[in-house]
Parts: sequence; C-alpha cells; structure tokens
Amino acid sequence: MNDSSPDARKPTAWNDVKVEIIIGTLLRSGVITAAAVVLAGAGLYLVRHGHAPIDYSTFHGEPAKLRMPSDIIHDTLGGSGRAIIQLGLLLLIATPIARVAFSVVAFAIEHDYLYVLVTLIVLAVLLYSLLAST
Amino acid sequence: MNVLEFSGLVGLGSLLAGFLGALTGLGGGVVVVPMLALLFHVNIRYAIGASLVSVIATSSGAAAAYVREGYSNIRIGMFLETATTIGAVCGAVIAVHVSGSAIAIVFGIVLLYSAYLSSRNRIEHGPHLQSSKLAVRLRLDGTYPTDEGRQAYHVTRVPMGYSMALGAGVLSGLLGIGGGAVKVLAMDQGMKIPFKVASTTSNFMIGVTAAASAGLYLNRGYIDPGMAMPVMLGVLVGSMIGAKLLVKAKVKALRYLFAAVIVVLGIEMIFNGITGRI
Repeated sequence: MNDSSPDARKPTAWNDVKVEIIIGTLLRSGVITAAAVVLAGAGLYLVRHGHAPIDYSTFHGEPAKLRMPSDIIHDTLGGSGRAIIQLGLLLLIATPIARVAFSVVAFAIEHDYLYVLVTLIVLAVLLYSLLAST
Repeated sequence: MNVLEFSGLVGLGSLLAGFLGALTGLGGGVVVVPMLALLFHVNIRYAIGASLVSVIATSSGAAAAYVREGYSNIRIGMFLETATTIGAVCGAVIAVHVSGSAIAIVFGIVLLYSAYLSSRNRIEHGPHLQSSKLAVRLRLDGTYPTDEGRQAYHVTRVPMGYSMALGAGVLSGLLGIGGGAVKVLAMDQGMKIPFKVASTTSNFMIGVTAAASAGLYLNRGYIDPGMAMPVMLGVLVGSMIGAKLLVKAKVKALRYLFAAVIVVLGIEMIFNGITGRI
C-alpha cells in the first residue's frame, strides 16, 4: 500500500480490498469490545438494582452525567454500572467514527485527495454530532 | 416490572427481532421500536435511542463478513455517507421538535412501505453501459465478482441517488432505524448499481449513518443505559445466530411471516399515533 511503484499512485481494486479487510477487522473488534464493556456494566447494574421498579413510559431525559463523553468516563472510574454500560455504548458509537478516520488515512496513502476531502466531511459531521453540547 | 424482569424480557424480544431480521434480511431494528413502544409501553424517544445503538452493533458486526467477498464499493459508500450523515443529524434534530405521536405515524408508514418493498419482486436491471460525467469525476465505477470473473459496472444518475440517500439519513435519524432498504433503493434503482454491490455497500453505510444521529441522541439524554443494554445485547446475539443459520430453504416462508408482522406493527403504530396513545 505504501510502496513507491506506479500502482501506488493509482488506486487498484486490490488496494481497496486490503483496506476493506482492515476496516472489517476494526469494526468487528470495536463491536466485541463495546459488547464486553456493556456486559460488564450490565452485571453490576443488575446485581445492585435488579429489584428496583422500572418505568420508561414517560420521557425524562438522562441526567447530564450520562450524556457527555467526558462525564461518562469520569463516572465509570467510580464503578457505576450505568456509567460502564454508557461507556460501552460510547465505544460502540465511536467504532464507525474510527472506521471513517481510518479511511481518511487510507485515501491519503492512495493519494486520492478528492476522497480525503469527502471522508473528512463525513468525519466532521460525526464529531459535531457526538461533541456538540446543546 | 422490576429491572431484572424488564431486562430479561426486552433482551429476549430483541434477540428474536435480531434473529428474524438477520434471517430474512429485513433488519431487526425496524421491529425493535414498535416492540418497545407497543408491548413494553416504553416512551418512543427512549425506544429510538436504544434501537439506534443496536443498529450500529449489527451493521458493524456484519460488515466484516461482507468485506472479504469484495462486493462493497467504499467510494460510493463514503460519497453517499456525506448525504446520509447530514440527513441523520437533521432527522435527530427534527425528532426533538415533533411529538411522539407524529413520530409513531411516520414510523408506521415506513413499516408498511418496507413490507411492500420486501414482498415486491425486484426488477433486475441489466448492467448499465455508460457512466454519467459526475460519476466519472467522482470515480464511482467499480468491479464486482460474478461467475465469469470480476465484472465492471457503471454508475449514473448521481444527484438522484444522492437525494435519496439524504432522505434515508433523515428517516434513520428520526426513527432510529438503519434505513437500509432506502439506501439500497438509492443505489440499485437510482444509480443503477448492481443489487449485490448496493446491498453490501448499504450495510457498510448503516453503521456510520446511525452513529451520526446516535451521538446527538446520547448528548441530548435519549439513550438510557438500562434501556439500551438489553436491546443492544439481544439484537446483536440474535442477528449473529440468524446470520449463522441462514439456510435458504425455509427463509421464504419466514420472510412472508416477518413481513406480515411488520404490517401489523405498522398499522398499530399509526393507530396509536393518531389516537395519541404514543
């Protein structure tokens, strides 16, 4: 992928396939990690609050500490089951974002600057959505 | 209901939804929101947040399997993702400002439409012979494996496919679904891309589209950990089992059954939306 043969300038189907295999592996490991973290948090949450009554029929909105990535990470360190689940969900949301970030690099290596730009637009939208405080 | 019972029952229901969704190719996300809203009386906003998370999990998990076959076209995927992600953010913003009843009615209509799409025979178009100028500039053409080796295909009607992708993004952000059917439609019928390429590329795009609105749902407080946990784990495990068991023989009957379930859920959603029960 990073050799200096003439092929490296002109993206070939094979290059794309290699990139896609790396992306596929990245996605799968992200999902597995996220699921493991959610499962760990679920264990804590169910043991501690398993018999608490539940009602989701009215919408209250989550408390501020379960909304922003920085606060979620902070609460996870305190050992809160709900915060650990939320961290797992955050990892899950981050997985496709990491995939897009990786694609920026992959297109740059292929000297495909048009698609570096296209991919950066997608990345900007994703980061805006995750980090924009409302 | 206490936390333990709720998690167990919702987990089981989500497992079944993921299983049937993967087995029939219709996606489990589409029945998760109605299941939560109608069966468990969960507020539709929480249901949408939980469903989005499960959509990311299943599409990212499945993408790895498709990749090796060399069907998906990452340029088409990435180009259309500029439309689907912007659409998804708009959809999530709209969702904040409209009532739950309105969301339920739109959801019902989308359910009925996707049942119609799945029952209809797909019109197979022959390979398109010439690329449009825009498709050439964007280098969207590609090749895909067929019985006679890798075959080239050409892409056309880019603006039409792009606007349909924008619409798919809005629906995904508004309703918390993957919107795969609309994405496939945009590429297959809109841009004349071979169906197999369209469907695998769509699967690749679903996770990124859902992540675009999920971020906004998370920081607006729509994603509850106790609610999303059983849904995400259930749908993920169910769709993994479904993908492993994909035996062609009995799928057709199952597909009709699942489509019938979707029709019933669609009517229920519209009814409950109109009567203001959701």
